[in-house]
Amino acid sequence: MTTDLTTDHTRATADGAHTHGAPGVGVVPEASRASRFASFDLAEFPAVTGAEEEWRFSPVDRLQHLISGAATGAVSVDVTPAQGVTVTVTDRDGASTPGVAGVPNDQLAATAWIAAAQRTQVTVGAEVETDAETTVVVRGEAGAPAASAHLLLTAEHHSKALVVIDHVGGGELAQTVEIDVHDGAHLTVVSIQDWDRGAVHGSSHRARLGRDATLKHIVVSLGGDVVRVTVDGEFTQPGSSLESLGLYYADAGQHLEHRLFVDHAVPRCTSRVTYKGALQGESARSVWIGDVLIRKAAEGTDTYELNRNLVLTPGARADSVPNLEIETGEIEGAGHASATGRFDDEQLFYLKARGIPEDVARRLVVRGFFAELIQQIGVPAVEDRLQTAIEAELELTGL
Amino acid sequence: MATLEIKNLHVSIAIADGLKPILRGVDLTVRSGETHAIMGPNGSGKSTLAYTIAGHPRYEVTEGEILLDGENVLEMSVDERARAGMFLAMQYPVEVPGVTVSNFLRTAKTAIDGKAPALRTWTGEVRTAMDALRMDPEFATRNVNEGFSGGEKKRHEILQMELLRPQIAVLDETDSGLDVDALRIVSEGVNRLKGNSEVGVLLITHYTRILQYIKPDFVHVFVAGRIAEQGGPELADRLEAEGYDRFLASAV
Ligand SMILES: Nc1ncnc2c1ncn2[C@@H]1O[C@H](COP(=O)(O)OP(=O)(O)OP(=O)(O)O)[C@@H](O)[C@H]1O
Ligand SMILES: [Mg+2]
Repeated sequence: MTTDLTTDHTRATADGAHTHGAPGVGVVPEASRASRFASFDLAEFPAVTGAEEEWRFSPVDRLQHLISGAATGAVSVDVTPAQGVTVTVTDRDGASTPGVAGVPNDQLAATAWIAAAQRTQVTVGAEVETDAETTVVVRGEAGAPAASAHLLLTAEHHSKALVVIDHVGGGELAQTVEIDVHDGAHLTVVSIQDWDRGAVHGSSHRARLGRDATLKHIVVSLGGDVVRVTVDGEFTQPGSSLESLGLYYADAGQHLEHRLFVDHAVPRCTSRVTYKGALQGESARSVWIGDVLIRKAAEGTDTYELNRNLVLTPGARADSVPNLEIETGEIEGAGHASATGRFDDEQLFYLKARGIPEDVARRLVVRGFFAELIQQIGVPAVEDRLQTAIEAELELTGL
Repeated sequence: MATLEIKNLHVSIAIADGLKPILRGVDLTVRSGETHAIMGPNGSGKSTLAYTIAGHPRYEVTEGEILLDGENVLEMSVDERARAGMFLAMQYPVEVPGVTVSNFLRTAKTAIDGKAPALRTWTGEVRTAMDALRMDPEFATRNVNEGFSGGEKKRHEILQMELLRPQIAVLDETDSGLDVDALRIVSEGVNRLKGNSEVGVLLITHYTRILQYIKPDFVHVFVAGRIAEQGGPELADRLEAEGYDRFLASAV
C-alpha cells in the first residue's frame, strides 16, 4: 500500500471572501471531528451561543426555532414510490426513538430528532433494481408553526434505486434524513431545496454504508432564506464508496450552508466530495465546511474533496473550509482543494474577442462552471431540472 | 474591402505607481488582401499592439487612433470589434472550463453572423476545418483550451479564424512553440483563408521560418514601442542575419 498524501492548494485563489483551514479569531478550535459531542437528546446539548465551530458561520437568530426544540409542527410529506419500493409511516417517541444512521451532533439535528412526531420510511427491497425515480415531496407552509420531519431511506442488500426529495413551499423545518445503504446496494439520493423565499430549513442527513455499498448523495440548494444542510457519511464495512455532490446558487439575502463530514473508520473505502456554488447579489452568503476524518483503522482510504465558489457580483461572500484529519499513513490518497473566485476577466476577454457579447459570455462561464458537476449527477431528469434552474437564476441578475 | 489604420498610437499600462508607456507612436495601415509581418525584440510592445487593437481593458490608449474603414475602433467594445471583422489569434490563448469547443465555436459564429449557422452545413464546416488543421474530432467535445498543448492551442486559434472569417486578422506569435509539421499546417490554414477571402493579415513573429510559408507584402521592425523601419520581404532576411542591434542602438 502506498502513502500518497496530496493537498492541492495550488488552485486556491487568494480572495477576501475565502477562509481556509484555521478558525478565525475568538473561536474555540476543535481538537478533532472525532471528539464532537453527539446525542439523541437535545437536553444533553448546551445552548447555542453562535461562537461554536459548528455555528460560527450560521445566522443563529433565524434558526432559533430549529435549534431550541421548538419545531414541533408538521409538514406534508408525499411519497411516490417506484416499483419495489415501499413506504411506511410510523409514530415516533421523541429522544428514545431508535436511530438507524449516526447520532445528532448539533442542536438542530437533536431538535429534529426529539420534535418529529412521525417517521416516513422509504425502503428499497432487497435486490430490487429500478431506474425509476421515487419522489418525496416535502411541502412546508409559510406562517405555520416551525416543524420537524424524519425521513428514513433504506436500500436493502444489492438493490439499486433513486430517491429525489423535493422541498417546496415555505415555513421553518428541522429535518432528519437517515440513509441506510445495506451491503452491495447502490443508492442515489437527491435532496433539492427549492423553497420559496422566506423559508428556513435545517437538515441533518446521516448516511451509513454497509459492505461494498455505494451512495451517491446530491444536494441542490436554490431557494429559501436560510438553508443549512449537514451531511454525515459513515462507513461501517470495507469496500464501500460515497460520492457526495452539491450545487448551490445564493441570491441576495440568502444564506446557504453545507457541512460535510466523512468518517473513514474502516479500511478500503472511497469518498469523493464535490460542491460548487455561485453567488450573486447583496449579502448573498454561502458556507461550505468539508471535514474528512481518516481513522487509524481506515487503511487503504481514498478520499478527495473539492469546493469551488464563483462570486458573480460584489457584496456576496463565500466561506470555504476544507479540513482533513489523517490518523494513518497507510492510505491510497487524500486531498482537498478549495477556491473562491470572481469572473475571470481573461476568460471574458477571450470570449468577447470572438464577438460574443458580454452577457452571453458571462452566461457561458457560469454554465461552464456548473457543467462538469451536473454531468456527474448521471440522472437525466435531475440534470435537466438543474439546467433549467440555473437558467432561471441567470435571468434573476439579468445575466 | 477593409482598411485598418493605426495612427500615432500611444498606449500605456496601469502599474502600481501610475501609467507605464509601452507604445510610443505607432503608424500602420493594413488593407484587405495584404500581409504585414511585425518583427521585433522581446518586450518591444508587439503583443501590446495586438491586444490594444482587440480592446483588452489592461491597455490604455493615451494618444492616437485606430480606424476600421474610417470607424473609430477605440470606441467599440471588445465584442463589437470582433463583429466588425477583427480577429486576434492570441499568443497565450485562455482556458475556459466547462465550455466545449463546439459550443464556443457555434456561439461565436452566431454572434459574428448575427444569426445561428445552419446546423447541417455548420457541423460539416467545423469538421472539415478541423481535419485540415489535423485536429482530432474529439477536440470539439473538449473544454476550450483546457489541457491543450501549446501547439494545439495555436491550431485552435487558426480554426476559429478560418470559421469566423474576419476582415483583418492579427496573429500574435502563432508560430511560437510549433514543430515543423504544425508550423506548415497552421500556415496552410492562414493561406487558405487568404486564398478564399480578402483577409488582411498582421503577423507578429520572431522567426523568418513562418514567412517562408506565409509571404508578407511588408515587414515592419518593431523596437521600443514603435516601428523603427519598414520594407519588403527582404527586410526579414536581413533581420535574421543581423539581428536587432542596429535598431536597438538608435532607439536608446
Ligand atoms: N503588468 C506589467 N507591468 C509592467 N510592465 C509590463 C506589464 N505588462 C507588460 N509590461 C511590459 O510591457 C512591455 C511590452 O510587452 P509586450 O508583451 O507587448 O512585448 P512583446 O513585444 O509582445 O514581447 P514578446 O516578444 O516577448 O512577446 C514589456 O516590457 C513588458 O515587460
Ligand atoms: Mg508578445
